[in-house]
Amino acid sequence: MTPVAATGAINIRNVSKIYDPDGANVLAVDNCSVDIAPSEFCVIVGPSGCGKTTLLNAIAGFHDISSGEISLDGKPICTPGVSAEPGADRMVVFQNGALFPWSTVLNNVAYGPVVQGTATSTDAKTKAQALLAELGLSGIGDRYPNELSSGMRRRVEIARALINDPKVLLLDEPFRAMDALTKGVAQEFLLQAYDRVRKTVFFITHDLEEAIFLGDRVLVMTTRPGRIKQTLHVDFGRPRNYKIRSSRQYLSLKSQIFEAVREEAVRAFEAGERELA
Amino acid sequence: MTAIETPSQSRTTQAADISSLALTLFRLRQWLTQPSPYLGFLGVASLVLAWYLLTEFFNVPRFNKLPGPVAVWQEFTSPSPTFGISIYTPAYYMHIFWSIWRVLQAFFWATILGVPLGLFMGWKRTFRDYAFPILEIVRPIPVLAWVPVAILIFAGIASREAPVIFLAFLATFFATVLNTMLGVESIDEVYFRAARCLGSKPRHVFFRVVLPGALPYIFTGLQIGVGVGWFSLVAAEMISGEYGLGFLIWDSYVLSQFPVIIIAMLTLGVVGYGFSAIIRIVGASLMRWADRSGA
Amino acid sequence: MATAAFAKNSTTLSLRRGLVSVLGLLVFWEIGRRLHFPFLSAVPAPTEVLASLDKIVGNSKFWNDWISSFSRVLSGFALAQLIGIPVGLLMAMSRTLRYLWFPPLEILRPIPPLAWVPTSIIFWPTTELSIIFVIFLGAFFTVVLTVLGGARAIDERLIRAARSFGSKPRDIFWRIVLPATMPSIITGMAVGMGVTWEVVVAAEMIAGKSGLGYFTWASYVGGNYPQIIVGMASIGIAGYLSSGAIRLLGKRATPWQRRI
Repeated sequence: MTPVAATGAINIRNVSKIYDPDGANVLAVDNCSVDIAPSEFCVIVGPSGCGKTTLLNAIAGFHDISSGEISLDGKPICTPGVSAEPGADRMVVFQNGALFPWSTVLNNVAYGPVVQGTATSTDAKTKAQALLAELGLSGIGDRYPNELSSGMRRRVEIARALINDPKVLLLDEPFRAMDALTKGVAQEFLLQAYDRVRKTVFFITHDLEEAIFLGDRVLVMTTRPGRIKQTLHVDFGRPRNYKIRSSRQYLSLKSQIFEAVREEAVRAFEAGERELA
Repeated sequence: MTAIETPSQSRTTQAADISSLALTLFRLRQWLTQPSPYLGFLGVASLVLAWYLLTEFFNVPRFNKLPGPVAVWQEFTSPSPTFGISIYTPAYYMHIFWSIWRVLQAFFWATILGVPLGLFMGWKRTFRDYAFPILEIVRPIPVLAWVPVAILIFAGIASREAPVIFLAFLATFFATVLNTMLGVESIDEVYFRAARCLGSKPRHVFFRVVLPGALPYIFTGLQIGVGVGWFSLVAAEMISGEYGLGFLIWDSYVLSQFPVIIIAMLTLGVVGYGFSAIIRIVGASLMRWADRSGA
Repeated sequence: MATAAFAKNSTTLSLRRGLVSVLGLLVFWEIGRRLHFPFLSAVPAPTEVLASLDKIVGNSKFWNDWISSFSRVLSGFALAQLIGIPVGLLMAMSRTLRYLWFPPLEILRPIPPLAWVPTSIIFWPTTELSIIFVIFLGAFFTVVLTVLGGARAIDERLIRAARSFGSKPRDIFWRIVLPATMPSIITGMAVGMGVTWEVVVAAEMIAGKSGLGYFTWASYVGGNYPQIIVGMASIGIAGYLSSGAIRLLGKRATPWQRRI
């Protein structure tokens, strides 16, 4: 019986974010409100530059918001002018990977507990070793990230996040740089990990198929300024099998929101604006 | 169409099965089948030949005042050289030793002071705001313009060695600080974010992100630093030293011992090259993880 | 990510901090000299330097020294670029030339340019030429190596694209190789200029009878210590102006490069 976390509820209320690069006021996110339940796998889909990364960064605590409020389990963590502090309760897996190239896989995964002081170096390494084995990644502990394939690196990074027992897992288009085949396998890996730990997941992608395959709920974001345009509930049970991708239900879900997503993509394409952070 | 077998593929599968001595010999054989070593040899040989022809053989005016390769070689390999410097004389090695010893001291101080300074300047904006302007004002002044001031600074306090080492130190110091700072600034923001996410405190960020992240640049800086330090040392020795290869060059010029000048120059080249090579090798071995393709 | 207002504030804040630290250094220096701190007791203080300033600036010989140094710098530097850039480009484009010339260059390069001074003096008829020759050497190696590295690093795909358009070798050189190497050429110039000033100053101290390096050294020998500092500052300013000129040239020559 997989454990269900009782924590990790995120409430995003009327959040807006204005960027000011080079003196031009850019409204990146416009009045977004989302309530994410504990253990929910929430996916946001939208064209590049629509503001979804901005939202993730605000939750993670890398910058603040211009108006509105973000709270975690009832406690506000981000308000205008006050940014959240990044922390191990909201672990991020970054787009192009952020495994420390100068550390071995084992040291990377053990990093969190060691610096937080929750485990000694040896204990952390043992824990890391065990977690890697659980996730099917044994035997690579002594390798450096640049010796691994991108798929493996991403998996190690997920392990590095999970070892800290975060309340929320934030994934910023983690599989974006991978080819379609590797991506598929990596997605299945993520689902398996998710089934094990059932943490709240906030996942960003531009890939509609990925969104439906992974998420409990898919939110479509408009191009800049980003607003939530449409919500789709995905009712496949868990654990999910890659075969659902060819099921009728999957295709019907896809066609339900394809028009909405496509419209935004066309708009973004024609606007031709450079992506901001 | 026949299948194309990529040559590199077959070579690597071969190489993987052989012992490392055999591998080295194999690679040597490979190298010798290419034009590069022969052309290189030709290039160097033509240089020496031109030198010989201009100075000793054809006695071209102007050039004939310079010592030629034959004279230099004879002097260098003679057990009792006319001017007292050859591979057999202890004096030769003493001069080499003095120059190397000075550079090592300069290098030591420049690294001990420069690397931490560069790391802090790259890491903390506040610190950089205070320290960088001073550096940028002093840096354009050529190191050798400091010669008189260096002498004044250490007058009466330290030995005559101090100004010379100080000048080499200055040159290496600037290169080290700048490159280290650049190294820290080149660390992708994402690693800092990941570290913060994972709950790092400032000292963790410094020792586990800033320092290892900047290491490739630090080593580049050290290499450059040794080069410019060497360069400044020689000049300083020429202006105000006793012993050392720079001093030897100037002294033998003054005493009209021309072949010794060339001996000293070539020795300088070899030793300087050796220094850079050592640093490069040390750096490469410490940074197996450095891979430009990134995570 | 910062707003423009914040950015403006942070630049002025940096400037203010910079001013504070430079002024602080000057004050410390002054006090150190007056109170005979260990290393500063013989070094002339800022106030002494300022006092001697108008006597120096009024003396035309001082400005002649500026001209001497600059003319040497320009001659040696220009020569190094004129010969070095083509050599670097040739070596980049022709494997044979590269294999032929690289080893002798690598053997000569580690010899510090100033080590060439005596040989140069013996060879050249005038001091002026011998100094310019040494300057040339210093900048030459830098230029060749930087240009060579830059030209070889050109993305092969750009050249392939040009060839698929049917470009002749002449076109590829002038329209692809040269512009793509331009940033490296400028970098080579900038670094070379730094080396040039280093060499000029030292060469003038060792063997010159005019120029800012000579001025600085002569001030020391003549016991006029505040003038040393003026000399040093002059050289620093001269070097900075030269580098600035190159940076401006660089911006003109590579308009496609965004300001970092």
